[in-house]
Amino acid sequence: MSTLDILLQQLANGLILGSFYALVALGYTMVYGIIKLLNFAHGDLYMCGAFIGFLFLSLVSGLLGESWGGILCSMILSMITVGLLGVLIQRVAYLPMLAAPRLSILITALAVSMVLSNGVMALTDGEYEAFSTDLGFEGLEMGNVFVTYTQIALVVSAALLMVTLFFFINRTMYGKAMRAIAIDQDACRLMGINVNKVITLTFFIGSALAAAAGVMAGVYYGSVHFFMGFVIGLKAFTAAVIGGIGSIRGAMLGGLVLGLLEAFGTQIPFIGSEWKDVFSFGILILLLVFKPTGLLGKTEIERM
Amino acid sequence: MSDVILEIRDVETYYGKIHALRGISFSVEAGEIVTLLGANGAGKSTTLRTISGLNRAKAGSISFMGEEITTKSPHEIVSMGLIHVPEGRRIFKGMTIKENLELGSFTLKDESERRRRMEHVYELFPVLHERRQRDAALLSGGEQQMLAMGRALMTDTKLLLLDEPSMGLAPFMVQGIMKIIKRLNAEGVTILLVEQNAKAALKLADYGYVLETGEIVVKGKAGKLQQDESIVKAYLGE
Ligand SMILES: Nc1ncnc2c1ncn2[C@@H]1O[C@H](COP(=O)(O)OP(=O)(O)OP(=O)(O)O)[C@@H](O)[C@H]1O
Ligand SMILES: [Mg+2]
Repeated sequence: MSTLDILLQQLANGLILGSFYALVALGYTMVYGIIKLLNFAHGDLYMCGAFIGFLFLSLVSGLLGESWGGILCSMILSMITVGLLGVLIQRVAYLPMLAAPRLSILITALAVSMVLSNGVMALTDGEYEAFSTDLGFEGLEMGNVFVTYTQIALVVSAALLMVTLFFFINRTMYGKAMRAIAIDQDACRLMGINVNKVITLTFFIGSALAAAAGVMAGVYYGSVHFFMGFVIGLKAFTAAVIGGIGSIRGAMLGGLVLGLLEAFGTQIPFIGSEWKDVFSFGILILLLVFKPTGLLGKTEIERM
Repeated sequence: MSDVILEIRDVETYYGKIHALRGISFSVEAGEIVTLLGANGAGKSTTLRTISGLNRAKAGSISFMGEEITTKSPHEIVSMGLIHVPEGRRIFKGMTIKENLELGSFTLKDESERRRRMEHVYELFPVLHERRQRDAALLSGGEQQMLAMGRALMTDTKLLLLDEPSMGLAPFMVQGIMKIIKRLNAEGVTILLVEQNAKAALKLADYGYVLETGEIVVKGKAGKLQQDESIVKAYLGE
């Protein structure tokens, strides 16, 4: 393979990885934007999404098969279930803490994260579960670069979800209310907006997007594991900060940038793929030093 | 026969231990302009915040168009047509002027109604129409006040609470805003106006109340209050 082929292949890998990061980062950034909470349980919702998708797929596969029909159906069911789980977490764990000092709710989020990951660990005995699909290995060959149709479909689905979200946020009244609440909650109340309802909706959408990414990751990697949410939670957080936390466009951009940087980073001599996490968190630290507000973030800086 | 649109009875409001409203009662009749005057910290903003539901009254009752609203949440009160333009305008900076206005019509379901109201607001404040696609943060203080008022007129507004609309504005701007208030009132909107600028407010109003440390100490027809130099001196610091 020529250097160009390698770079193109990494471009494809980076886009796939980046779209997972972006989907998870969106939920992070939406929740942060609206109630200024770093929802550390968000990566675990991605993990739950993967497992619930896995469960639904085994339920519907008899009827719809393990190809796209079955996968799409179980992905939608997983998005709804995890969306509701996110709402439940918001209502039970976060809502009572909103008036408490910021640190308390942050610790609550850590606790929720542990409850979810340990709960799934107990239920699965900490085993890997094979996410078996029936998608084949055909794909597009361009010179020495090969991309499977599955990979293309994953990137396209992620892009569709993001475009839909973008449309919702910018064009619908509830989307505009979401952005306005991030600016001034009391003013929103005076517009007749039921702020709690919109916060609930935000948790639903953010969690559902994480679940979609979880199911996609199950399809892509072929297995799911209770610990899979931990690293991606941190990565999505990194992506959200790279883009500028609180910014929707920033989360999309940050996810893609991080995915591409990681993919290309593995090609730098002496930085093999085992260094890729060091590489991405190194980028986070550098960014925090030189541009703490992120690529598209506002100038407001707050201490946690 | 005049109709009482807003009735406040023995309302008390606290901020923690601070007793900000110490049992105030007053009423506003439909079609009137009523002004609430008082020095800094008298409790004017707290009164408006308690009416619109941002703060909860600890005692007393508030009713709007005959319906008790004391324990209703702000979004329910807004959907009844009671709209509060808060102190400091609180426009959504980072969103366009048009989006700010659209948010004002959040409770409207009808798209054509929304368009009709937006046209009305653009007619009242042509500068908002010119800049509708721009970030609201780029407006001057006076223009921000226009946007805040325009936003409040984007729904079926029956009673408008205005908290110091003239604050920080140049004198000719103050006149412009007062003219708009008069016109809105002529169009059928009842107005409860909080002001530090007592002269300008009394010129416009039908009736006035003066608040001091959470209590109403003077009330009367605006014309009377205006003439009574001692009141203006004692309570309004002029
Ligand atoms: N968020 C708050 N927390 C604690 N105390 C408050 C708060 N807001 C107002 N107060 C107190 O309540 C009292 C009434 O305040 P309010 O803002 O209603 O006065 P105001 O008449 O609107 O004054 P101004 O003319 O300065 O706007 C004051 O003593 C003020 O210090
Ligand atoms: Mg005030």
